[in-house]
Amino acid sequence: MVSQEMKRILVDAGKHGWVMEPEAKRFFSLAGMDTPRFCWARKLEEAIGFAEKIGYPVVGKVISPRVVHKTEVKGVAVGLDSPRKIEETFLRFSGIDGFAGMLLEETLSGLELIVGARVDFQFGPVVLLGMGGTGVEIYKDVALRMAPLEERDVKSMVQSLKARRLLEGYRGKEPVHMGELVRLLLVFSSLVMDIFPRMESIDLNPVFATASRAVVGDARIMLKS
Amino acid sequence: MNLKPMFKPRTLAVIGVSLSNERHPANVIYNKNNLRQQVEVFAVNEKGGFYQGEKVYPRISEVPEKVDLAVIATRAETVPDMMGDCIRAGAGGAVVISGGFAEVGKKDLQDSLISMAIKADFPFIGPNCIGIYSPPSVDTLFIPSERIVKPEPGKVALVSQSGGILVDHLIRFWGEGVGLSTAVSIGNKALLREIDLLNYFAQDPGTEVIAFYVEGFGENEGRKFVLAAARCPKPVIVLKSGKTTGGSRAVSSHTASLAGDYEVFSAVLSQYGLVEARDESEMISACEALSCYRKPIEGRMAVLTGSGGHGAQAVDACLSRGMAAPPFSDKMREELGKQVSEKIQGIASFGNPVDLTGSAVDDDFVQAARFLSRRDEVDCLLLLLLPYLPGVTSDLGARLSMVYRQEGKPMVAYVPHVEKYSMLIEGFQLNRLPVARSIEEAVQMAESLRRFQRW
Repeated sequence: MVSQEMKRILVDAGKHGWVMEPEAKRFFSLAGMDTPRFCWARKLEEAIGFAEKIGYPVVGKVISPRVVHKTEVKGVAVGLDSPRKIEETFLRFSGIDGFAGMLLEETLSGLELIVGARVDFQFGPVVLLGMGGTGVEIYKDVALRMAPLEERDVKSMVQSLKARRLLEGYRGKEPVHMGELVRLLLVFSSLVMDIFPRMESIDLNPVFATASRAVVGDARIMLKS
Repeated sequence: MNLKPMFKPRTLAVIGVSLSNERHPANVIYNKNNLRQQVEVFAVNEKGGFYQGEKVYPRISEVPEKVDLAVIATRAETVPDMMGDCIRAGAGGAVVISGGFAEVGKKDLQDSLISMAIKADFPFIGPNCIGIYSPPSVDTLFIPSERIVKPEPGKVALVSQSGGILVDHLIRFWGEGVGLSTAVSIGNKALLREIDLLNYFAQDPGTEVIAFYVEGFGENEGRKFVLAAARCPKPVIVLKSGKTTGGSRAVSSHTASLAGDYEVFSAVLSQYGLVEARDESEMISACEALSCYRKPIEGRMAVLTGSGGHGAQAVDACLSRGMAAPPFSDKMREELGKQVSEKIQGIASFGNPVDLTGSAVDDDFVQAARFLSRRDEVDCLLLLLLPYLPGVTSDLGARLSMVYRQEGKPMVAYVPHVEKYSMLIEGFQLNRLPVARSIEEAVQMAESLRRFQRW
C-alpha cells in the first residue's frame, strides 16, 4: 500500500526527476522495509549531534540532486569515528555540485546485494536481485523476474546466482536470513506494482544481507520523465 | 474472434488474380490451392473474365458460395475497399498478402484496416505476410510448389513474424523429420498477433507444440503473452531475434543497465516455463523433443554409450547446459553390471556415463536402458548409438523405443545421420522418439524438456 506520505515523497521529487537517498529510504521504510537509522543534516551541528546520539562510527554521504552516483564524486565516507572527521567530511561535501546536506547513518555490514526494478517496454515491471556494491556492473551476477514475485520466484532467483554459496554461508560464515530477504523482495515487488506508472527504475544498492536482517543500505528511485 | 474458418477453410477466394501475369502472388496461390489443397478456390478480379478456364468473379460478393477465407493480394491503397467487400460478403477471415502499410510508414492505411476489422469482428492476418499453410486444407504461401519443401504432417504449429524465416524453418523441419500442423506468417501483425495465435493453437486439437519466431512485442504485450503461455498446457517455444541492441542506451541506474531488453525477455520466458530457443538449431531440437514428450524433466541425465569419448563429450555438454549426470552408487553399478552380457562385464564401465564399449550388442543396450529407466536417480536417458559398432544392428532403434513405451522414461538418441543408418534412425522416429544428428543437438533436446515447466 502506498500511503499519502509516500505519495508526497514521489510528488515532491518530481522536479528533480528522481528521489534522493534520504527520501527514498524514508519511502521504503514507510513501506515496511528495513532501513538503517539515518539523519539528513543540513548543518554540521546536526550531523555531530546525530552521531553522538547513535554512537560512532557513522557513514556520511553527500546529498545533492545533481549527484546520482555518489561514489564517483567521492561522496561516500565510511568509518567517521570522531566529530573532527565528521566536520572534515561535511566541509568537503559542501563543495560538491548541488550540495543539499549530508546524510549520516549507522554503520552496517553484511553481504552486499542489489535489489532493483525497471519498467520494461514489453513486459512491464521487472525486479532484479544480484550481487551488489560498486562492482555490480562488472560482475553482472543478477537474476531477473517479471513482477509481482512469489516466494518461489525469490528462491529461484537466489539459486540462479553464481554467488549463491556466499548467501548460503560460505567457509564458516553464517548464512544470510533467507526469510528476511524473501520478505524484503516480496514487499518491494508489491510496492513496484503499485508505483510503476510513475517510475522508470529503482536501485537499492547495496542491500546488506546478514544472519538476522536484510537492510536497504542505499536507495534511489528514478521517476518517469 | 473465431479463427477456425481461416485455418480450416472449405472455400477460398483469391482477390487480385492477374489475367496477364502468371507470377503474381495471387496466381501462385490460386494455382497451388486449386491443384494441391482440399479447399475449393475462387478467383476474384474486378475485370472479371476467365482464368485457367474458370470464371473470375469481379467482386467477392459474387462468388456463389460463402467464403471461409479470402486472400487479398492487391495494391495497398485498394486493400481497405477489398476488405470492406469481404466483410459485407460475410467471409470468415482474410490473409492480407499486400505490402505497403506500416512497414513503409503508412500507419494510417494500416489503422484503417484494423478499425474496420474490429468493428465487424472480422479476423485478418498481415498485412505484408505470406499467410497460412494449413495442410491439407489451404496454403497461401505464395511460393511455387516446386520451389518449396514441406514437412511431414505433425503436431508443431509454427508462427513467425517473418515469412522468410517461416519458410526456412519448414525446410529444416523437413530435413529433421519434425512434423508440422500449421505454419503462419503474421507480417505486420496489425490485428492478429502472437497471443491470438497462441490462444487459437492452444485449443487446436491437431497441435501439441506451439513455436514462435518473434522480433519484438508491443508495449506490455510480452507480459500478456507469457501469462497466456503459462496457462497453456502445450509447450510454447520462442526464438527471439534482435538480442543485441544497436548502440548504447543512456541509463542512469544499475538496474536499467543490467536489465536490458533481451535479458528481461530471456529471464521472463524461463520464469513462466516457456522454452527459449537461443538459435535456429535449438528451435528445431526443441520442436522435435517437445513433440515427442510433454513431461518436464529436472535434467538428471543417464548417458548410455558404446564409446567412452562420446560419453565424456555428452557429460560435458549436459553440465555446460545446467543439467546433471549424477554419479551412480557402487550398488547401482553392480546391479547394472549384472544386466549386460558376460563378455562385456569386465570391460564396460557402469558409472555415468555408462560405457558398454565397442563389444556391446543390441541386448546389452536394451537391458541397460531398461534398468536405467526404472531408476529414480535419472529422469532422462541420453543414448549415444554408434551404428558402426559390430554388435549394433538396425533393429536397435525400434527395440529401445519399445523400452520407452514400457517404462515411460524419456530418451533422446544420437545417431549419425547418413543414409546407411536410416533404418536405425527410423526405428526411433516412427515410434516418436527424438533422434539428433550430433551429441550437442541431443543435449539441446534434453535441455528443452527441462526448460518446459508447468506449475
